[in-house]
Formats: sequence, structure tokens, C-alpha cells
Amino acid sequence: MAYDKFNVLESSAVPLPIENIDTDQIIPARFLKATERLGFGDNLFRDWRYDSKNKPKKDFVLNNKAYSGKILVGGKNFGSGSSREHAAWAIYDYGFRCVVSSFFADIFRNNCLNIGVLPVKVSPNLLENIFNEIYKNPNTKIKIDLNKQVISIIETQMFESFEINEYKKENMLNGYDDIDYLMNIKSSIEEFAKKTPL
Amino acid sequence: MSKTLFDKVWDSHVVHRIKNGPDVLFIDRHMVHEVTSPVAFLGLKNRNAKVLFPDKTFATADHNTPTINQHLPVKDPLSANQLKALEENSKLHGISYWGLGHKKNGIVHVIGPEYGITQPGATIVCGDSHTSTHGAFGAIAFGIGTSEVEMVLSTQCIMQPKPKKMRINIDGKLNKGVTPKDVALFIISKLTTSGATGYFVEYSGNVFTEMSMEGRMTVCNLSIEMGARGGMIAPDKKTFDYIKNKEFTPKGDYWTKAMKYWLTLKSDKNAIFDKELDFDGNKIEPMITYGTNPGMGMSISNGIPKTINQNSGAKTYLKSLEYMNFNEGESMLGKKIDFVFLGSCTNGRIEDFRAFTEMVKGKKKSPNVTAWLVPGSRKVEQAIKEEGLLSILEEAGFELREPGCSACLAMNDDKIPAGKYALSTSNRNFEGRQGPGSRTLLASPLVAAAAAITGSVTDPRTLY
Repeated sequence: MAYDKFNVLESSAVPLPIENIDTDQIIPARFLKATERLGFGDNLFRDWRYDSKNKPKKDFVLNNKAYSGKILVGGKNFGSGSSREHAAWAIYDYGFRCVVSSFFADIFRNNCLNIGVLPVKVSPNLLENIFNEIYKNPNTKIKIDLNKQVISIIETQMFESFEINEYKKENMLNGYDDIDYLMNIKSSIEEFAKKTPL
Repeated sequence: MSKTLFDKVWDSHVVHRIKNGPDVLFIDRHMVHEVTSPVAFLGLKNRNAKVLFPDKTFATADHNTPTINQHLPVKDPLSANQLKALEENSKLHGISYWGLGHKKNGIVHVIGPEYGITQPGATIVCGDSHTSTHGAFGAIAFGIGTSEVEMVLSTQCIMQPKPKKMRINIDGKLNKGVTPKDVALFIISKLTTSGATGYFVEYSGNVFTEMSMEGRMTVCNLSIEMGARGGMIAPDKKTFDYIKNKEFTPKGDYWTKAMKYWLTLKSDKNAIFDKELDFDGNKIEPMITYGTNPGMGMSISNGIPKTINQNSGAKTYLKSLEYMNFNEGESMLGKKIDFVFLGSCTNGRIEDFRAFTEMVKGKKKSPNVTAWLVPGSRKVEQAIKEEGLLSILEEAGFELREPGCSACLAMNDDKIPAGKYALSTSNRNFEGRQGPGSRTLLASPLVAAAAAITGSVTDPRTLY
């Protein structure tokens, strides 16, 4: 599926300084029954966000108006567990375009890249600084420049470069789609298939 | 040049290398289920594309299905709709669909090996992280997201950067009461849930070569719980004996030809791994988890580790213990259990039911425990009946449900109520994984059986 182009994103950010946030927290399994990619943002972090009577939990960050923005900042090992792309969809549908953490689980990272959410891996030191700055001032702006591969805290000028492979970077900058790429080499795929033993 | 088992299988499936980008990997087997596929099929429709190789694609219903009264229409309209979508999509694209009520129905990672869809040296993907299970046969098998499901349906290829390689070697003799599940939980407790992220793991050593195929599947299944994309074990005589004469395995001359290839599937002597770890199999004890991720596990007779000794942040660790309502330093033994769940792609195979049955034979289920025994497939269910396990289980006060993922992810009605403790043979103890507010302790079928009898966490070695 084609997605929005990503170039420079400058936004305030939502802090979630918990480690090992798994995809069951991001979107619980009981909300995976849809056959279309619609409405997943409503159930993002459902059981942390709402109590058993569907009332918003006051102490959860998404229910705190002070924090908002297009960037979600999470603790180490973000997105572990299930391969459900619904987790990335929920993050996108809620309005985030970028997730920042010091470590990402593999499948989650791929899923994000495939739908146009940029996962930005930063050092533990920068992550801590980002959390500290946001808690000092919830309007702290974070800037992510994909082309230059640089993330910075605007207020403090602290910055760091981040990694992304060239191919994926081009795709995100241009909104290109992997399947279109593969469709163009379909004949070589079919040739290859003839040689496989299975 | 010396190659690892992983290199051999990966390199032989690369269709195309993208400069400074991922490899385009050909996929031999694509398993599809109802939850992660509908949006992928929708994508195909929007592109006006077809499934490129329907005969390499296999569909089943497992995640979102009831485990009682499967002969009746599915009550929940959303679940029914999802099942209908898969049935229609399979029909439209000419994919074999083993839906609810089909005699080959079952959990995707249980049926793949049962019918020989899973083979050594193959590349296998599915929109489910526990696809790593199939690595037990020397296949490269890993979970993918829905965009990638669409990619494989339409092009039979996937784009992946080649992961790094890790070897985990365990020699020694497993003690009585120690099962493959304990070996896996032991490894995860040492590596944490992110210790193998970015790696593909090969398991070696006599602990694994002496394991049954079912046991190897349990170990490979749990590779994802330490962050690895997948795990694999070099195929041997046990592997070949297991798959011979299955419906989808090669026959006659094709078998001979396949065997020639399969016998080459092992890491060369001087092959280089990015990371190598060694553990002593003699030292592994029955394991249990006490927290909210599978890395929070320990020997069943130990005390819950102190916060001060944790690598992960103290805040996260304490949040986890608070959720479980446990305290650091406490023993798990004797803790009250409300539910026991035997099943899932981790421990829903016949060997797991044999182990559980042997432990409960001649004893009675605790009246305080609700037990859900869910076979991994129709075939497992049939074997439970044919081997006489069912009558022993019924005699001990247990009932058997129908196949499916069930309480492992609680998408259906098999939900553990808030605040209750479930001793589960499944794979994840995340907050709310088995139902909102539920508390999960992961362990082997033996530990599950011991808890089902006593009503509390019990070292199975004390019940022999």
C-alpha cells in the first residue's frame, strides 16, 4: 500500500518511558477482528488508556492534554511480541508519524517502515534527554530530518544521526511501495520459481 | 567458504540483491490465517493483482475461532465476518482453505508440519510471529506483517535485510521433569526478550539433537520471545522420519533428490556466527515466569529476583510485579492458580498432551481450577482419543475442547477474567494477553498438570 511521503517532521512528542512495550499493549488482540484498515487509533493502548468501564484513565499520557504531537517516544525494546501490523496501524491512525526509542523489536520496526511510520533508534542518552526535556516542557519540539538522517531537540540543539537503509529511505522520501518494485522484477521471480526444488 | 545452515538456506533463495537495501527472498511456503490476511487481500484487490502461486499458499482458521460447538455458526458477527472473508478470498484465488470443521483444521504452526507443508531447507512465512516454529525442520521460517503478507501473496517474495547469526549450544543431560519448554524459557530468561533481536538463531548441542520433533518445535517457536526473528535446528534422521510420506512431502525419486539436498543442510565446521552462546543442560530446572514478559522466568524453586538485580529499568520491573500482585524475593511455589491452559502453537501437540496426561493419571483435578485443554489441531485431537488419553483425562476430571489458538491470545471467548491467575503452556504473559486484567504464568505442560491437580504452583518433580 502506498503511503504518505516523509521528509522533515517537526513536532512536540508524547512520552511513554516504559520498557518492553509489547504489541498486545499497543493493540490488544480482541480489537483485531476488522477486515479493513479502519479505526484502529481508537483502540491504541486500549487497556492502559481506558478502564474496564471504558472510562479514560487519568494517569495515562494519551489522556493528558498537556502532551500531544506526531511523535511517540517509548522506552527500550519498543514493539516486542506479536507480528500484528495492526499495532503500527493504530499508531498511524491515532496521528503519529514517527516512533522514537533506544531499541525496536524487529517485526514491529519493519511493519512501521512498510506503512510510513518512521522508527528512529537513538542512543539511551538522547532518549533520556528527550524524556527530560518533554517533562520540563511538554511543548518541546523534536525535529526529524529523514534526508539528513538527523534527529534533534530544537530547544537544546542536542542532535544525533540515525540509521536507515538507503532503499527504505528512498521509499519513505518518495512514498514508493515495495510491491511495485517487486512487480517490476516479476519475470525474474517466475524464472527463479522454476528452479526451486519445492 | 564455510557457511552456516542459515546462510545455505537464505543464499539459495535470494532472487535479487538490492544495493544498500534488503534482499529479495523467494518464499516456498506461505501460511495464511484469518486475522492478518483480510487487509492484504484487500490490497491485492485494489491493485487488481492475483495470488502469484496459489499452490504455495495454505490457509487455515485458528486465531479467532471458538473452541466449543464448532459445528454451530460462529456467534460473534465480527469473527464470523473475518472467517467468511478468508473463505471467500481463498476461493477467489484458488488457495486450499482448511477452515473451521475441516478435518485438517488446526493452528497454522501445528498443521504445517503435520501434513509435510513444512520441509527442511524451505523458506516459510506467515502473518504470525510464531512462524519460527517451522525452523525445527531446518527451514528459515519467520513472522511477517500484513503489508508483507500482501507482498508474498502477489509476488511470492519478501524484502528482508539478512539478519545476523547466533548459535546457542546446549550440551548435557536434561533432568527429570525438565522439558523443551523449560529449555526455551531458560534461554529467554538469560537473554531477555530483546537479547536476540536482529539475529537468526541456530540451536545446537546434544540437548536439541536428542529432543523429539515436537520438542524442537516448542524451542524454535519461542525464538521470537527473545527477539530473534527465527530459530532453526539442522535436520537429521528424526526430521526425515517425521516428514516422510506426509501429504505434501516429495515421494519416490523426488524424495531421493530432496534427501540429497537436505543432507547438506548443516553448518560447516568452520562457519562463523556473529554471536555464540553456551549453556549447560544439566543445570536447567523446571521453569516458571513471574512477570509480564517471557524473559521474566526462573527455576520454579527460586525466589522472584530483586529489583536491584535487574538490567531493565526498576520502574518497568516494579510495574510488572505490581500487575501480577507479586513481591520481589517471594517464592512462586504454593501460589494459588485459578485457570490452567494446555494448548497453543507452543505446547498444543500430541507429546504435550501425553506429558500432561501422564502427570494427572489416577489423580483428580483441583475443584478450584478451571482447566482448558485445547488440542493444536484436529489431528492432535484425534490422536488424543485414539491413544486413550481422553478417557484418562476425563477420569481425572478434565474435558477436551476443540482446536484453535484459544486462550493464548484470547481473541475468542476463551478469556481469563481480570485479576485471575492462569498457568499457561502458551508463549506470552504480557499484561492482558489472556483477557483484560488477566495474569499469566508460563510453564511446561508438566508444571501445568501439577497446578491443575494441586490448585497451586507446584514443582512437578514432587508429584512423581
